[in-house]
Amino acid sequence: MRWLSKGELFGYLSLAALLFLVFPLTLDPFRLNLISKYLCFALVGVGIVLAWGYGGILSLGQGIFFGTGGYLMAMFLKLEASGKELPDFMVWSSTETLPWWWEPFHNFFFTILSILVIPALFAFVLSYLVFKKRVGGVYFAIVTLALALTLTVLLVGQQGYTGGANGITDFRSVMGWDITSDESKRVLYFIHVVLLFAVMGIGAYIIKSRLGKILIAIRDREDRVRFSGYDTAMFKAFAFTVGALFAALGGAMYSLQVGLITPTLVGAVASIEMIIYVAVGGRLSIVGAVYGALLVGFAKSMFSENFPTLWLFFFGGLFIFVVVFMPNGLAGVLDRFSARKKGQRESGLNAVPERTKA
Amino acid sequence: MSASDRRSFIKAGAALGASAAVGPWFIKDARAADVIKVGQLHSLTGTIALAEAAIVDAEKMAIDEINAAGGVMGRKIESIVEDGASDWPTFAEKAKKLLQRDKVAAVFGCYTSASRKSVLPVFEQNNGLLYYPTYYEGQEQSKNVIYTAQEATQSVIAAIEWLAKNKGKTFFLVGSDYIYPRTCNKIAKPTIARVGGKTLGEEYAPLGHTEFSSIINKIKAAKPDCIYSTVVGGSNVAFFKQLVAAGLSGDKQTLLSTVVSENEIDGIGKENAAGYYACMGYFQSQKNPANEKFVKAIKAKYGQDRVVGDPMECGYTAVYFWKNAVEKAKSFEVAKVVAASSELPLDAPEGNIKLHKSNHHTWKHARIGRARPDGQFDIVHESPLIEPNPFPKL
Repeated sequence: MRWLSKGELFGYLSLAALLFLVFPLTLDPFRLNLISKYLCFALVGVGIVLAWGYGGILSLGQGIFFGTGGYLMAMFLKLEASGKELPDFMVWSSTETLPWWWEPFHNFFFTILSILVIPALFAFVLSYLVFKKRVGGVYFAIVTLALALTLTVLLVGQQGYTGGANGITDFRSVMGWDITSDESKRVLYFIHVVLLFAVMGIGAYIIKSRLGKILIAIRDREDRVRFSGYDTAMFKAFAFTVGALFAALGGAMYSLQVGLITPTLVGAVASIEMIIYVAVGGRLSIVGAVYGALLVGFAKSMFSENFPTLWLFFFGGLFIFVVVFMPNGLAGVLDRFSARKKGQRESGLNAVPERTKA
Repeated sequence: MSASDRRSFIKAGAALGASAAVGPWFIKDARAADVIKVGQLHSLTGTIALAEAAIVDAEKMAIDEINAAGGVMGRKIESIVEDGASDWPTFAEKAKKLLQRDKVAAVFGCYTSASRKSVLPVFEQNNGLLYYPTYYEGQEQSKNVIYTAQEATQSVIAAIEWLAKNKGKTFFLVGSDYIYPRTCNKIAKPTIARVGGKTLGEEYAPLGHTEFSSIINKIKAAKPDCIYSTVVGGSNVAFFKQLVAAGLSGDKQTLLSTVVSENEIDGIGKENAAGYYACMGYFQSQKNPANEKFVKAIKAKYGQDRVVGDPMECGYTAVYFWKNAVEKAKSFEVAKVVAASSELPLDAPEGNIKLHKSNHHTWKHARIGRARPDGQFDIVHESPLIEPNPFPKL
């Protein structure tokens, strides 16, 4: 087997050209910052491809991990922006002292560590327990959806600790480095793109490895894999955990680059939107997911700028169109196109058997 | 049209459509020198659209009036409307777009505090100018924001004093659980103590809550002279209905809210709100020539059944405050417009008001109205101009 198919190679190269050259050279700081915002969801998307496209685990609660990553980063940023004083929203909510669990977030490295560990650990424990009970499919999706809703309610309710419905806003610097200027936003953009390619690389590596093949096997016929002696719950929990980790990274980058985090990014709507990004791009393609996030984000900004009152209808129409006419997203269309050109039918690992189509 | 014709037609159409949509992404449109751009940033879609779309209309009307009278310093105002979609990160994105790409001279926008908090750093970092037209909890002052509605002390203190004098001295405080109600009650409690009254209870329901029976039972047990309510949004429909069902309707129980204007009553249902009190800076039923002209213009432009509430009026006056400040400063520059705004007076539909010398808020009258069965208010009390005090010492 070749490491990358022609189509995939084209996808990766064109994406690299776009992100490293075309966008930074042609877009003004505002648009470039918007691209950064879309790319946060691309990070989540790569994780969803892994968990949903290959592991067959549909999570309607990626917002939980996105939000956790975002809030953890926001805690650090807010503490630094507040200096020696209590964060402003605590003052308004009559919280008088900094809660003890906020204290460690004065430290940047602790914050990074927590972003890498806390969401992933939570995802692993949760999903392993659920999968061990052989609960999966729609039921797992419902569990994640319920958790996303619960977390939103918790965040809104505890405003003295979380900023409530307002969320946490107004960040200024990271260890003294001003993150609000155009120049530093540009630097952050490039850090983000490099991170994204690293994450895509890890994702591709997992998919192409033997582990990936087992995941696909589990997705298509879990009982057979289990009877062959594999601990399928462990494999699925692994895929889900990696997805959660990527989502947390996306959330952390979001707080850094957009400059705020709110409960709306955690809840059911945001979580489902993240699934839509991947559905548009193609849930079997890592590059497709990134393109999906870029395209949907772009469409959202463009429609809403040009048609402020009607844009949601266009947006809804676009999703219906994609789901009905392109079940495997943009990547699926490209695949089919190139397959037809070569006069062969879509086959191999990337083909989805009829019964797993959601 | 043959199949291939049709296909190429569709292709051409798609290409045209795509370039029309993508064009503005890259190209900054050239600005005519005789036009000055302003932004309107409110939710046109989502949960708060009902409240905010009305403010957009009122601001738009002020802009049209000014343009019809020759514009600002000879330049026509071009308004760019952006949809915040009831989503705070979207507000931040659109604020950035208005300031960085469109380079608007001022933005009229936001309704919820959450949306204002999300755009505040954007305005400060890009040195923009935001006119905020909604009553809010105070605790804020920015060099880049002018607040044209009441901050909490301007309505809460006046309301409590009037209630204690006219309706009785025992109070029950009910609110939705977020920052505005909590801050209002933080102001209300010491005020109640100061006027010799007593707070019998303080209860909060989660935002969007629709089940008030346990709170209403507590109210019935406490038998307060007055209920002071800061329940907001959709919850009010359930809250008012259940109050009426529990026998605490407006003719038997005094209830005053600082968040229910004519626009909200439209949603709550006139029959449920009748007899209750509201404290606002403006009521549609005010009798003065400026207001009669304003209400007539709104109805002529947007339909006879349109009602006007406080935030609409504050949005309308915000545009005039900006215009007058620009003309006084003879400049569109933010710092100069802000400087010229100090103590700027305005003959508004709500009466003669003026901006504060230094704290960017507005000197306002507090008015108390009693809801009539037709959804309008009988004004029962009007205070002199009250100085805004966003950081009260309590």
